[in-house]
Amino acid sequence: MSARVLVGVKRVIDYAVKIRVKPDHTGVVTDGVKHSMNPFCEIAVEEAVKLKEKKLVKEVVAVSCGPQQAQGKEIDLQIISNKRMTVGFILQETIRTALAMGADRGIHVEVSGKDYETLGPLQVSKILAALAKKEEANLIILGKQAIDDDCNQTGQMTAALLDWPQGTFASEVTMDRDMLKVVREIDGGLETIKIKMPAVLTADLRLNTPRYATLPNIMKAKKKKITTVKPGDLGVDVSSRLEVLNVEEPPQRLAGVKVETVDDLVGKLKEAGKI
Amino acid sequence: MAVRRLAVSHETGAVERVIASFRAVTGDEGVSVGLAVREQHGRDESVHRCRPPDVVVFPRSVEEVSGLAKICHHHRLPIIPFGTGTGLEGGVGALKGGVCFSLRKMDQVLDLHQEDSDVTVEPGVTRKGLNAYLRDTGLWFPVDPGADASLCGMAATSASGTNAVRYGTMRENVMNLEVVLADGTVLHTAGKGRRPRKTSAGYNITNLFVGSEGTLGIITKATLRLYGIPESMVSAVCSFPSVQSAVDSTVQILQAGVPIARIEFLDDVMINACNRFNNLSYAVAPTLFLEFHGSSKSMEEQVSVTEEITRENGGSDFAWAEDEETRGRLWKARHDAWYAAQALRPGCKAYSTDVCVPISLLPQIIVETKEDLIRNRLTGPIAGHVGDGNFHCLMVLDPNDLDEVQRVHAFTERLARRALEMDGTCTGEHGVGLGKRDLLREEVGPLTIEVMQGIKATLDPKNLMNPGKVL
Repeated sequence: MSARVLVGVKRVIDYAVKIRVKPDHTGVVTDGVKHSMNPFCEIAVEEAVKLKEKKLVKEVVAVSCGPQQAQGKEIDLQIISNKRMTVGFILQETIRTALAMGADRGIHVEVSGKDYETLGPLQVSKILAALAKKEEANLIILGKQAIDDDCNQTGQMTAALLDWPQGTFASEVTMDRDMLKVVREIDGGLETIKIKMPAVLTADLRLNTPRYATLPNIMKAKKKKITTVKPGDLGVDVSSRLEVLNVEEPPQRLAGVKVETVDDLVGKLKEAGKI
Repeated sequence: MAVRRLAVSHETGAVERVIASFRAVTGDEGVSVGLAVREQHGRDESVHRCRPPDVVVFPRSVEEVSGLAKICHHHRLPIIPFGTGTGLEGGVGALKGGVCFSLRKMDQVLDLHQEDSDVTVEPGVTRKGLNAYLRDTGLWFPVDPGADASLCGMAATSASGTNAVRYGTMRENVMNLEVVLADGTVLHTAGKGRRPRKTSAGYNITNLFVGSEGTLGIITKATLRLYGIPESMVSAVCSFPSVQSAVDSTVQILQAGVPIARIEFLDDVMINACNRFNNLSYAVAPTLFLEFHGSSKSMEEQVSVTEEITRENGGSDFAWAEDEETRGRLWKARHDAWYAAQALRPGCKAYSTDVCVPISLLPQIIVETKEDLIRNRLTGPIAGHVGDGNFHCLMVLDPNDLDEVQRVHAFTERLARRALEMDGTCTGEHGVGLGKRDLLREEVGPLTIEVMQGIKATLDPKNLMNPGKVL
């Protein structure tokens, strides 16, 4: 099987960071905040690399959408002593991480400024569909959702645009020539489906345990190629049809109240209109 | 709820005033006198009973730590630093009441220097937290005591772990510390911001604080040495007909120069407990768990040399794994040993001994210790970092059976003295804490104890820093 796999990787705020809402309520604070590859995208990359190691696919291409770095070269990660700055990874670093995990080359789709702020699943799926055709990919593997927007839409939309079958929430994937057996995690348990390639898969948590990028592989990744394209080159319009009106923190949890007797409890519940 | 009276003057309002001045430094949320919070900060994972402080403060910066320390110093209040409460020697118990400084709000990873392989962390950063942070850089901090402990807490107890045989302990991996003394002075033990790989400059104050268990100062920053994540990891297991043959293999593997990353010994009792706890099926016999780190090419050589040595010593069922999942399962057994041991006798508590001897004497001490356990009818599965000559008996005991408690206590004293007789130490990695002060005296001798007391008196003349521990 000489399949080519496209893996989408998204740069998101790191899962360990405490999110803060911007004072103007237009979004969350991203400046100076640690970013990393979306955990489900890591799982997607790992699955693609595993398929390549089993010689079931011939090439893994990592794709990411985002701004180009200002000077056009990678930001050095040195931080001046005593300056309280968490390490910031720029978009190319997200692709480089995928390359260090074993992807063969990368594609950076340049989306900047306001377009990047409003970039969502619909635009990304149009981009991925266009790239899949351009790169003649037989398989697209994505994370099931991103941990910043939790949309869980890109995989499904991409499959629809391409009119390809989809195996979403995959917890196990077996490839046999051009057929994929996918075990999916659903509310009722596990569902097993068989779909024919070309197809779209989205990775769920238990699909695999992603490998760490080791220093030697990070060094090798620096030599792998990343090409840059613009959405316009792919015939995709990235303007958004959605407008974010307001972003707020969830309401503060109120302290509980202790009562002495059952009558007090009933009284308080009545007061609160609960009974 | 009642607040136990702090050691301040007896004027009315004195306690309230101290608390008010704490709040002025940390804000209202930074001070707690709630009983549940105090109890939470008065115990760790040892068998020592909970000794809650009078108040817990939550500083957010080194400036706040210093401000709070100055107040405590003025009112002669004991200061007990608290990281994650995962210690094993009762180090956080507030024996004389006082103020617990919970450092968990200071949780930033600062100053990562990838090319120099060093990073500075605040006390709220835990070992696993740091490694998750570093995961895309190809670097990691390998000292692994099992628990997800605060790194500054690990520095305070000079922690070690399963990887020490290859990567060293905290002593070798802490390059610099920022410490707040009892009077609020902020000290940079190697000079502010300095992180050379080596230095000959002056007295080694950094290592003075490493292992001081909160008795000399509060660690508010640690600069740590990082290592490259190994390209390849292989785990192996091998069982042996006797303790002697397992330990002999360990000695020979090290002497052969194999750069083994972990070499863990579990005795038959421990293997049985792990099998039952994790549904595994290892042969119930003395067993070595090994881990090799390196390039994929060097793996073959390391594994084959090791396999040959184990075979020559009567080892069998040499099994190994390279994929992450199987390796994880092998090591889960070892890391869950604590819980697996306790599960042997539900309702009982577990206490871990912790002696360390020169490696050549390891067979002798383990064999003698096992005989002691059998003779005294004690449950004590053995797990150990045999590559360092360090092993733990996980004593499982019924705290309500006073006879058993007494027998366990006597056993641990005999074990410690056995180790001391063999040129070893009464504590390889857990620290002195509350329970080993007398043994420390026997170990280093009265003159060295006097020197330690002199240093303590210089840095903490009012004896406010974690009183009743170590010395």
